[in-house]
Amino acid sequence: MKTDELIALLANGAQAVEPHALQRRYVTALGWGAFGTTLMMAILLGVRPDLAEATRLPMFWAKLAFPAALFAGALLAVLRLSRPGGRLGHALSVIAAPVLAMWLLAAIVLLVAAPGERGELILGISAASCPFTIALLSVPLFGAVLWAMKGLAPTRLALAGAAAGLLSGAGGALVYALYCPEMAAPFIGIWYLLGMLLPAVVGALFGPRLLRW
Amino acid sequence: MSASEDRLRTLLVRGLAGDNATYHVFLKELSAHLRAFLRGRLSRLPDEVEDLVQETLLAIHNQRHTYDAGQPLTAWIHAIARYKLIDLLRRRAGRDALNDPLDDEPDVLAASDIEAADARRDLARLLARLPDRQRLPIVHMKLEGLSVVEAARMTGMSESAVKVGVHRGLKALAAMIQRER
Repeated sequence: MKTDELIALLANGAQAVEPHALQRRYVTALGWGAFGTTLMMAILLGVRPDLAEATRLPMFWAKLAFPAALFAGALLAVLRLSRPGGRLGHALSVIAAPVLAMWLLAAIVLLVAAPGERGELILGISAASCPFTIALLSVPLFGAVLWAMKGLAPTRLALAGAAAGLLSGAGGALVYALYCPEMAAPFIGIWYLLGMLLPAVVGALFGPRLLRW
Repeated sequence: MSASEDRLRTLLVRGLAGDNATYHVFLKELSAHLRAFLRGRLSRLPDEVEDLVQETLLAIHNQRHTYDAGQPLTAWIHAIARYKLIDLLRRRAGRDALNDPLDDEPDVLAASDIEAADARRDLARLLARLPDRQRLPIVHMKLEGLSVVEAARMTGMSESAVKVGVHRGLKALAAMIQRER
């Protein structure tokens, strides 16, 4: 087939592109992904029994705000990296800000605490399982976000995969925070972050293979 | 911004809104820019140029919903052309080295070349390998120029199945090209 014939083929009967096609795709993906992650949470874990009392504590909201802010930063990165030639821009600062804020809070908490209590503030009671549970909960979101991204056109595949992983990890952490009884900033700053970074690393490793177009 | 940037962007934006005649002009002019750009970067692999022009045009068409009208068109085109160029070189890795470094300078619209060589890969042959639910909508709508309604009547498929068939078929075609090399 000659190039001119291909051009005629492509232009012939081409349908108009709906506006905001990219954003719509992510709304669909995040809707299904969030449904899957929440369902998984409801089946596997449930919510913490003292949820109503916990909502009165400022730390409960800080614990939700941390993954929520990372979710927003990762979403910005995902939207940008889904377009050819898209750059991270200030998405990186939006991602770094909540991490630094949580680490600052954790440092203050550790400094103020008695030396004997510091170990517990860091490890809590669930340090060994927390990151893996967050990563597990992120799986439905991860699948949905990768599906959306695959239908778009990322050109930096490892970075795009990492952003997709971080987005799903942050979503998983947000849901997990409703179950997890840990309330210490050092714990959140380490193990929650690790849980969100696990899918990001997986995304960076498999992005080049999974997102090719 | 260059004159070609402004002109091509206007053409594309109208094309994306459903003006197929304008979209045809856009693809035609774009193909000349792509040819000049790729020829400059594949001077050791001249036989690959036209194939890659076709592959890049197909990618731009399939991925056209990722163009944001607020974004410079040159950067978007350059990123796609560069991505497909690197993909080709990676598939050929070890056999030939790239003779010109891949710059970040998005000068993809700087030159134009309307002398199309013959493509070595025949897309018509790949098209024939698609399943009927994708191939028939493409043949009727894209090659014979029938409307969605007419193509639906010809194939006995629903109108939305015809549209989906065209869309998926062109994506499958791009995937076949990647696997074939």
